[in-house]
Amino acid sequence: MSETLDHIASAARTDAPPAIMLDKVNKWFGALHVLRDVSLNVALGERVVVCGPSGSGKSTMIRCINRLETHQEGKILVNGIELSDDLKALDDIRREVGMVFQSFNLFPHLTILENCTLAPIWVRRMPKKEAEELAMEYLTRVRIPEQAKKYPGQLSGGQQQRVAIARALCMKPKIMLFDEPTSALDPEMIKEVLDTMVGLAETGMTMICVTHEMGFARQVADRVVFMDRGEIVEIGEPNHLFENPQTERLKTFLSQILRGH
Amino acid sequence: MSDITLNASAKVAEAAPRSAPISQIGFVGWMRANLFSGWLSTAVTLLLAYMIVRWAIGFVDWAFINAVWSVPNNQTQACRDLRGTGACWAVINEKHRFILFGTYPYEEHWRPALCIALFVGLYIVSAMRRFWRKELALIWVGVLTLIGVLMWGGVLGMPYVPQERWGGLVITLILATFGLALAFPLAILVALGRRSKLPAIKALCVLYVELIRGVPLISLLFMASVMFPLFLPEGMNIDKLLRAQLAIILFAGAYLAEVVRGGLQSLSKGQYEAADALGLSYWQKTGFIILPQALRLVIPPLVNTFIGFFKDTSLVLIIGIFDLLTAGKTAIIEPAWQGFGIEVYLTVGAIYFIFCFAMSKYSQGLEAELNRHGRR
Ligand SMILES: Nc1ncnc2c1ncn2[C@@H]1O[C@H](COP(=O)(O)OP(=O)(O)O)[C@@H](O)[C@H]1O
Ligand SMILES: [Mg+2]
Repeated sequence: MSETLDHIASAARTDAPPAIMLDKVNKWFGALHVLRDVSLNVALGERVVVCGPSGSGKSTMIRCINRLETHQEGKILVNGIELSDDLKALDDIRREVGMVFQSFNLFPHLTILENCTLAPIWVRRMPKKEAEELAMEYLTRVRIPEQAKKYPGQLSGGQQQRVAIARALCMKPKIMLFDEPTSALDPEMIKEVLDTMVGLAETGMTMICVTHEMGFARQVADRVVFMDRGEIVEIGEPNHLFENPQTERLKTFLSQILRGH
Repeated sequence: MSDITLNASAKVAEAAPRSAPISQIGFVGWMRANLFSGWLSTAVTLLLAYMIVRWAIGFVDWAFINAVWSVPNNQTQACRDLRGTGACWAVINEKHRFILFGTYPYEEHWRPALCIALFVGLYIVSAMRRFWRKELALIWVGVLTLIGVLMWGGVLGMPYVPQERWGGLVITLILATFGLALAFPLAILVALGRRSKLPAIKALCVLYVELIRGVPLISLLFMASVMFPLFLPEGMNIDKLLRAQLAIILFAGAYLAEVVRGGLQSLSKGQYEAADALGLSYWQKTGFIILPQALRLVIPPLVNTFIGFFKDTSLVLIIGIFDLLTAGKTAIIEPAWQGFGIEVYLTVGAIYFIFCFAMSKYSQGLEAELNRHGRR
């Protein structure tokens, strides 16, 4: 397995400093040990897909990266800034890290356009007009500019999730985190969201994406991380990992996924 | 050719939605379903209809047809002769200024009258969504200051009128408006504080809410009027109305805080997380994302509390402040007018009703408007 790791490390742009560095991160919810010595480096421009059974700590791991959850042991560095109780550092990090949630979490009382311009205007201090132009640019890129004046409740799930992606992109983040972005969608809408994400990957965005969409993983992921019971069990190139699972746990997981589809 | 036309029309007739039979929709259908669904229901409907009509006729006779509208110089004998058969609206005619303005000097009545008009104008402007801008807060500060100046006087050639002489409707509006205008922001801060991660702030807010909710408003008013002055330094005196006003603000604040907290709790965690993930600060998140949603969710209980407090201001009578209800009660103490309580209380009740009903109607409209886009 370490052989695989080395191989991938050299495949990714080794000259760039890591965009994200997790070093022996541990986290507990009460007595429940949800992250156990999780270490992971993600290079700038790298796309990482995280998979694993439900409850294995995938969400918790990526939510620690923008401190929606706080870890208790270990170190997390984002763009070289260490996550700590320092609020200034946290602001700097959140500005650079976009997040897309399973349940979209659009702001239902604001229009699509307002959803997209709120943070650029108030966090980035962008003039309103400029923020609106930027938002329209990203809404065009996710192919729903005509919905800008509508409210989230008037859109389909797939459209809402694309708005959520555009909203995050409007902050011009350097890193994007996705937490099962297609799990809450009807099957016919999954593709439109995945296409958007593939498009984003092609721009060279650094991405960490929790998903069970194996096709997507094969298409865009530089590496796939398999987690189980709070640990990173295997890391590798998608094709390599899916075809030659080294551990019993991954084999079981893959067979379940395949049966499920 | 004719074949084709026939076919086409046949198809259309098949697909076109038909309306339900006339007997099942509209007013007729409603009556049939709700009032005349069986012989028992029909009998009860007819009996109640008879009683309502008789009572209504009796009321119209009393209130309008047999009523006395005015009497010369307090000669109420004409009214007394009609006791039970006709209303004596003369009492309102005679005492309406007292009910509206209390013992405010007669020549200066235009001042409280203007204040009442200013209050009503302020409500109407605030109700219109197109005035919902930052400037509205300035308008409130300006108008409320103006009202204070008008009531007290002592400047611009207006004689000074001590607070003891204020009374009537204008007092009720002052207590309710200043009360809710200050209690509402306080309530929002307390509700946010109760959910704060800082233990000291949280404890303080919990303590405040629980203490205030644990005592009746009356005892709070007593404390404000009797105990509060004991703690003030010698020679310093805050006027009675101000103390009652403070008690009402504190009381309303605690109740409104719990209503607002209910709204905060019903928002999904995802809204907080999405705002955090975008890098919004605590106050940006609260102001742009959380409060707008939480407050519109609690419009019905919020207005319910508003209406309750509008009426609860009448409790200040126990510390000797002349609000609308007390003024009405006092108006019929004079021997010539004793015994005309029904007319006075009906009038006072109608005034309360107009304000409360307007609030209620407005909130229904607002709720429908704000929730038009639906929640996810
Ligand atoms: N806020 C929380 N409080 C307590 N336990 C939690 C919380 N969030 C998640 N957990 C628990 O932590 C474990 C990991 O959860 P999660 O990271 O959401 O898993 P995954 O995303 O892989 O399904 C689960 O057992 C879950 O029940
Ligand atoms: Mg999850």
